[in-house]
Amino acid sequence: MWRYILPLGILLVLIAFFWRGLQLDPGEVPSPLIDRPAPNFLLQSLHDPEEMVSELDLVGEVTLFNVWGTWCPGCHEEHEELMRLAHEENVRIIGLNYRDDREAAIQWLERLGSPFERSAYDPDGAVAIDWGVYGAPETFVLDHEGIIRHKHVGEITHEDIDQQLLPLIERLREEAEAG
Amino acid sequence: MTAELGQIALILALLVSLAQAWFGLAGATRGRLDWMHAVPGAVLGQVFFTLLAYLALTWALVQNDFSIAYVAENSNTDLPLVYRLTAVWGAHEGSLLLWCMLMSFWTLAATRFSRNLPLPFTSRAIGILGLVSAGFILFTVLTSNPFERLFPMPGEGQDLNPILQDPAMVIHPPMLYLGYLGLSIPFAFAVSSLIGLESNTTWARWTRPWATGAWICLTLGIALGSWWAYYELGWGGWWFWDPVENASFMPWLVATALIHSLAVTEKRGAFRNWTVLLAISAFALAILGAFLVRSGVLVSVHAFATDPTRGVFILMFLAFVVGGALALYAWRAPKMPPGGGFKLSSRETFLLLNNLFLVVAAAAVLLGTLYPLFLDALGLGKISVGPPYFNAVFVPLMLPLLVFLGMGPYARWKQADGGDMLHRLWPFAVAAVVFGVTGTLLLGGNAGVMVLAGVVLGAWAIFSVLAEPVDRIRKRGLRNGLGGIPRSIWGMLVAHAGVGVMVIGIAVVTVFGVEREVRLAPGDSHEIAGYEFRFEGTRDVTGPNWDSIQGQFQVTRNGRDVTQMHPERRIYRARPDPLAQVDLHPRLRRDLYIAMGDYLGDDYWSIRLQYKPMVRWIWLGAIIMSLGGLIAILDRRYRLGSGKRATNGNRED
Repeated sequence: MWRYILPLGILLVLIAFFWRGLQLDPGEVPSPLIDRPAPNFLLQSLHDPEEMVSELDLVGEVTLFNVWGTWCPGCHEEHEELMRLAHEENVRIIGLNYRDDREAAIQWLERLGSPFERSAYDPDGAVAIDWGVYGAPETFVLDHEGIIRHKHVGEITHEDIDQQLLPLIERLREEAEAG
Repeated sequence: MTAELGQIALILALLVSLAQAWFGLAGATRGRLDWMHAVPGAVLGQVFFTLLAYLALTWALVQNDFSIAYVAENSNTDLPLVYRLTAVWGAHEGSLLLWCMLMSFWTLAATRFSRNLPLPFTSRAIGILGLVSAGFILFTVLTSNPFERLFPMPGEGQDLNPILQDPAMVIHPPMLYLGYLGLSIPFAFAVSSLIGLESNTTWARWTRPWATGAWICLTLGIALGSWWAYYELGWGGWWFWDPVENASFMPWLVATALIHSLAVTEKRGAFRNWTVLLAISAFALAILGAFLVRSGVLVSVHAFATDPTRGVFILMFLAFVVGGALALYAWRAPKMPPGGGFKLSSRETFLLLNNLFLVVAAAAVLLGTLYPLFLDALGLGKISVGPPYFNAVFVPLMLPLLVFLGMGPYARWKQADGGDMLHRLWPFAVAAVVFGVTGTLLLGGNAGVMVLAGVVLGAWAIFSVLAEPVDRIRKRGLRNGLGGIPRSIWGMLVAHAGVGVMVIGIAVVTVFGVEREVRLAPGDSHEIAGYEFRFEGTRDVTGPNWDSIQGQFQVTRNGRDVTQMHPERRIYRARPDPLAQVDLHPRLRRDLYIAMGDYLGDDYWSIRLQYKPMVRWIWLGAIIMSLGGLIAILDRRYRLGSGKRATNGNRED
């Protein structure tokens, strides 16, 4: 008798797995950089080629490191949310302008307003490779010692900020005060 | 207005398909003739309304009505008309509309060609198809409405995804969908036969042409997809074991097993329950494929935009339709009369082996595809399963299958004479080995056992096919001998030869293909496989909705000009990412392939050069296989109105 029920059983097991699978995000790959210091880099600042930006600029307070480009639709989507974080929540955001054109990027920020304290200019994506970036936007959260504590792949939504990023930033700020 | 018209048509199609399901299933159960006679009318209604909805979306795209979200996301004022017409299936919502329409077309065909079957059987089957259609349309209406309005209306559309602006993409999705949906008919017939406990052999005969028809579409659809990936994605690969490809390949493997198993069930009454199970599984895998592609549970290079509610819906649909069918199977299958027995050495055994290998291969592909999901669901970490796994399990399963493929057709039903088979086949086996070994040596020398096995077995598949016609000609002369072969046999022989052609192509291109990533400036040249590629510079080209930088290449061989090639780096104005437009120089014995990569500065370009020997044979083999299927469908036994003749039709097959 069991051999007649077996196919149904297999189907039910598969469906149970799929049901669970729907609640998971397969694109969410844990970054090996979590809990590690930020990779070293030295790049020109987007606005001023004379000025350099490095991993040392990420130390000192809780900082967001945001990979962006004018060509990236997700970056347009999340721009408003980054503005809110920077100007209402006073979060320091450093940008990594990724595979972009300098003039276009500067104009874009002038038109829409800039959430970034400064942006590093990475036209060929060399630094992005060290950071394990495989698309824009991506956002890293670093604590006051410059340790990467969280990586967000894809655009940041309003919910992401309220439910994930802000609580995390609050916690890291408390850590900074305590330590 | 067009959007509202389409919306209303879709809802009416839903209601009509529910009516079709009710009249078909309830009519057959209660023996109500008037209800059963209403079924074809409902089918016509479903065709009419889904077609209307389809045309409404097409019209909106032709008119570039950007007040409809789908049009705004997938069209553009510069998009050429032909791609506005095909943009209907360029994204998730519209492709579902095509899906619903094609489903209604299959249903109509099944209704038309089943007039000579017993009315209750047909009504039940069409009723089941009605339930399936209703599920698809409901899915479209509830989760993926292609007619949703957009406010405020944008001034310009975002354009069709550039990689879909391509001739192969015009026919690939419809062909593939026809294949998936065609499998719904063997499914419906199988379920109907479970309800009605129809006798073994008649049910199988009715189902065979449908299974073969769906299989043809699936074969062509997959081959088109592979061909498209080969020249459009710019990597020069023709199969990636990507979840989306696997989603189409698993139903194909099971459908292939099904058409062979149906032969046994029709001729010998054996494997009855197994065949029913295959018919259910093939369609289940088609729906599963839709689930995997459209729900976002797996990461794939070319999945649709995903949304969890869609996944939930398809999962419920899968549980309801397939779960229902399998529950019915668990209840009814024990009541079926057993089939005929057979000896170890018989055609049944060969077909059983065929089924075994194909189903195990499908299970291995399923396991590899879902393994990341299983691990993730159990909290055991994130992994991905790539080509090494699939090649390692799949290739060893296919090699013995190829050996049997050459022998099976010459084994008799019930009990075969091994000596007779050996006597008939040995010259062809020797020819295959000689051809395979010399061919491999001529092509590339000592290249390893896998390519040798591939070429020998491919040649075996092709040569063994000749045994039947040669025998007939020797016994009855050219004219009577060849004329006496029934079409179903011709179809099988042609399809088997197609497998051989494909296998040779796969073996040769995998081992002897050359691929080089080089850095070239104008004036530089690079040689691969005896061909000299000279980069002569670039020029700018402008298309209707794109601009491009076109590389100029002169290809020579031994100092003689072969061809000029013009790969492009193309930028579609409405989208930011550049796209490599490959240029090919195709020949039956080899393809030359150039893709332009990034500009590296100082006039240097990153260029990918490839030499692909016999790669065309892969798709040629698929076309020959489909042709074989087509010939088999045209066999007299399946003709309309041949109900009486069918019983005393051909002895063999």
